Amino acid sequence: MIVSNTGKYTVVSLLVNGSSQDIMIRSADTLLCTLRNQLGLTGAKQACGNGDCGACTVLVDGKPMHSCLLLTMEALNSGITTIEGLRHSPVRQAFVDNWAIQCGYCTPGFIVNGHALVTEHPDAEDERIEEWLQSNLCRCTGYQEIKDAIKSALNANNLLDSNGIDTAEQ
Amino acid sequence: MHYGSRTTVGFAEQRIDAVEKSTGNVKYLGDKSFQGMLHAKVATSTEAHARIKSIDTSEAWKVQGVRAIVTGKTFPFPIGPILADRPPIAFDKVRYYGEPIAVIVADHPYQAKQAAGKIVAEYEPLPIVNSVEQAFQKDAPLIHEQSGQYTKLIDNVYPVPGTNIASHVKIRKGEFGKAWAVCKDTISATYSFNLSDHAAMETRTATVEINSDGRVIVHSTSQSPFTIKKIFNQFFNLDVGKVIVHIPMLGGAFGGKGAVQLEPLAYLASNAVGGKLVKLQFEREEDMMTAPCHIGFNATVKLGVNEEGKLIAGQYTFLIEAGAYSDQAAGITRAAALDCTGPYHIPNVWCDSYCMYTNHPYATSFRGYGHPELTFAIERTIDQFADKLQMDPIEFRLLNVIKPGQTTPTQSILTPNNIGDAAKCMTRAKELIGWDGKQPIVSENGLVRAKGVALFWKTSTTSTNAQAGAILKFEADGTVTLTSAAVELGQGTKTILAQIAAERLKMNVSDIHVTMEVNTQYTPHQWRTVASSTTFLAGNAVLAAADDAIRQLKRIGAVALQCSEEDLDVGNGRVYIKAKPDIGINIETVALGYKYPNGHTVGGQVIGIGVHVQRHLTPMDKETGFGDPGPWWSVGAQAVEIEWDESNYHYKIVKAVTVLDGGTIINPMTAAQQMRGGIFLGLSIARGESFEFNEQGVIQNPDLRTYQLMRFGEQPDEYIVEFVETPAEDGPFGARGIGEYGVIGAAAALANGLSLATNVELTQLPLTPELIWRTRRAAYDPV
Repeated sequence: MIVSNTGKYTVVSLLVNGSSQDIMIRSADTLLCTLRNQLGLTGAKQACGNGDCGACTVLVDGKPMHSCLLLTMEALNSGITTIEGLRHSPVRQAFVDNWAIQCGYCTPGFIVNGHALVTEHPDAEDERIEEWLQSNLCRCTGYQEIKDAIKSALNANNLLDSNGIDTAEQ
Repeated sequence: MHYGSRTTVGFAEQRIDAVEKSTGNVKYLGDKSFQGMLHAKVATSTEAHARIKSIDTSEAWKVQGVRAIVTGKTFPFPIGPILADRPPIAFDKVRYYGEPIAVIVADHPYQAKQAAGKIVAEYEPLPIVNSVEQAFQKDAPLIHEQSGQYTKLIDNVYPVPGTNIASHVKIRKGEFGKAWAVCKDTISATYSFNLSDHAAMETRTATVEINSDGRVIVHSTSQSPFTIKKIFNQFFNLDVGKVIVHIPMLGGAFGGKGAVQLEPLAYLASNAVGGKLVKLQFEREEDMMTAPCHIGFNATVKLGVNEEGKLIAGQYTFLIEAGAYSDQAAGITRAAALDCTGPYHIPNVWCDSYCMYTNHPYATSFRGYGHPELTFAIERTIDQFADKLQMDPIEFRLLNVIKPGQTTPTQSILTPNNIGDAAKCMTRAKELIGWDGKQPIVSENGLVRAKGVALFWKTSTTSTNAQAGAILKFEADGTVTLTSAAVELGQGTKTILAQIAAERLKMNVSDIHVTMEVNTQYTPHQWRTVASSTTFLAGNAVLAAADDAIRQLKRIGAVALQCSEEDLDVGNGRVYIKAKPDIGINIETVALGYKYPNGHTVGGQVIGIGVHVQRHLTPMDKETGFGDPGPWWSVGAQAVEIEWDESNYHYKIVKAVTVLDGGTIINPMTAAQQMRGGIFLGLSIARGESFEFNEQGVIQNPDLRTYQLMRFGEQPDEYIVEFVETPAEDGPFGARGIGEYGVIGAAAALANGLSLATNVELTQLPLTPELIWRTRRAAYDPV
């Protein structure tokens, strides 16, 4: 795939939440920018634009990535899952049930990252939870309720499918 | 007052915004795009203090897509919420590194950003005022030469021309000098810390569009929609009614979104492109360097006791660092003065609170509005004094705690209604932290455990006519839509207001639909969503609206049921006869008026309207501070247990206790969220947050990598939150405000615990391992 780097747009297709979508990108477009501006998937937030806060976290082939640090063209051959594709994740419900949400701005990034953790490490202990979630910042909660939510989801351990993709929402 | 047993107030109703937020579907302002929208970017100053000789925009104009470039010449007038001292775009002078010098409008954000980088300004550098202490010196360079001529927008702001003092607020209670002379023992200590940042996860954003009929449509991430209207009216000469402000849910605010900065910039930008819709969204670095931040602080506290160990004299000198412009720091200067003693009864008080200009980014309100800062100074002094007097610090506090019947520094009389029970909070916090006076405890492996406590208070310093309104509109099915201008910024206010409405209307909270966004064209006026005032002001307005609706329901019900209104009651979705509850009608049959079988209809839609305005507040006297500045004082105690490692000076926070008396708690879970989040924020700031400035006054850590917020795993191992609920007669169901309070004692409690563990008096923030090392070296190993 050759994407113009002259500021002109190129039509490419991107696999997001299980469906392939045609989009127009510039070579400099980040995945975050494309998801938000081209596909209207605004659940991933820009809060630092620098990989420091995790508010833009999405899954790329199941791995949590900062979409502000990825170029869209780097993700063209991958399957991307955003918060919008995780409606039935037990992690999402656990955040609601455990009062882990206040302003809600960091929430999608935490849920996406937490979903990946629960999928990859269903037996995660405190140390791994801590290491995994240090990439995300929350300014409202003090993390206690987020920790409770992740732990309750780990205990429930009833994910829909092992790829972390919510088939019901495709 | 007795409302019978409650069905929703006092219960942990799920937040009405939680599910939608969890799905990522909530649209914050940055998530909204508008057809034909243009994008603005600010070009900013590269000097902290300089005269602007010229601004060359010619290269910027060559960038493709640029539609307009606005400089300070377009609107060379200062604006501000308290003292009008800040031009929206710098002209003549720049006063901080990062100050806007031009706004570029382009088709795409990247084009505007490219063009902003091509603005070339020529400066004549001026001497920089790089600290609040330097600003206070007599021969300091002047940052505002004309401060005596600035327009004052509210009472109680007193600039001192020819100095860097933007305001000087005084408290003179009793006879401090005489009392000081007879004190049995005294103490004096000085504290300081730098500016820091709110760091809400959502950066500030505003859009403005000017319609051809002159209406100005603003969308903003603001806590102050009606202040935007006021400022546009005062400074742009627009009709208040023609300025329409929309506020979606906010991604955190912490006081930082109470300031009005982006909206005037977006207005000038839109004006420059024929009124087209222009969006200005700050990136993180701009949000930290250009947008207003958290005050810096320097305090000297002197306390004196009599033979019994009772405090009889207190003197307080506060230097509040405002940065380049006074904004809300002028109000914080006043707020810090009027509560300067903390929750202690001190009959003789002398306070000088100064709002100081420096060549740093300007500060605005931050959760606690001066109180976390003054509490750090007061509570550290109390601990040091207790040590000097060889008293237990908690006993010393309980001996001096303020009680109903006594007066505040401004000589407001306290009653069981307007202040909570501070002693009870302290006693309970003592139990919860396991305070036994035996500390610090040093373990064999060099870990030192210690506990620190802090007692605090705060009133809600609103304007004297601060108010809120609420509308309860009955739907055809008998459910209710609640509209108010309370901004949902994460604190859960919409859920609280729904619970208050449901309780009074005796309905299910799920039958109250709450408008989550604010549109000033439809919502009643509300002062601002700040100062922990919303539950009290908007909550009381909701009660008034509910009572209004109940009157209407009874009036229509009396027709339908052929009885007098006095016979009726409303509840459980029905209007019914009190004495015979089985005789009644469903609310849905009267919600839009009662229709007789023949089709004739009486009544019409039930729309309850309520307003609540502050009662009997007064400005403070210029010379003595005498006055009634706030409606009530919520009080609380916090305690922190830390474990400090002697070998590397690092520490972890083991436990964080908060006990608050905020009157009746409407929702125990959202209240606990606020307390946990509050102490977390306070601890995060106290532990590691501070702007670092170089000699040129440039912030060295303007991003979330180098400016370190507390991350997951660094929070206390355990949070404990409890409430003492001394009801306030005039609060909704007895509630006072609680939103800011969790943050107030955090820094003080942490610093008290760490000072014990490390055996030095820590008087600065942030409490980094390096600061502890430096302080100990200075104390024990002076070079």
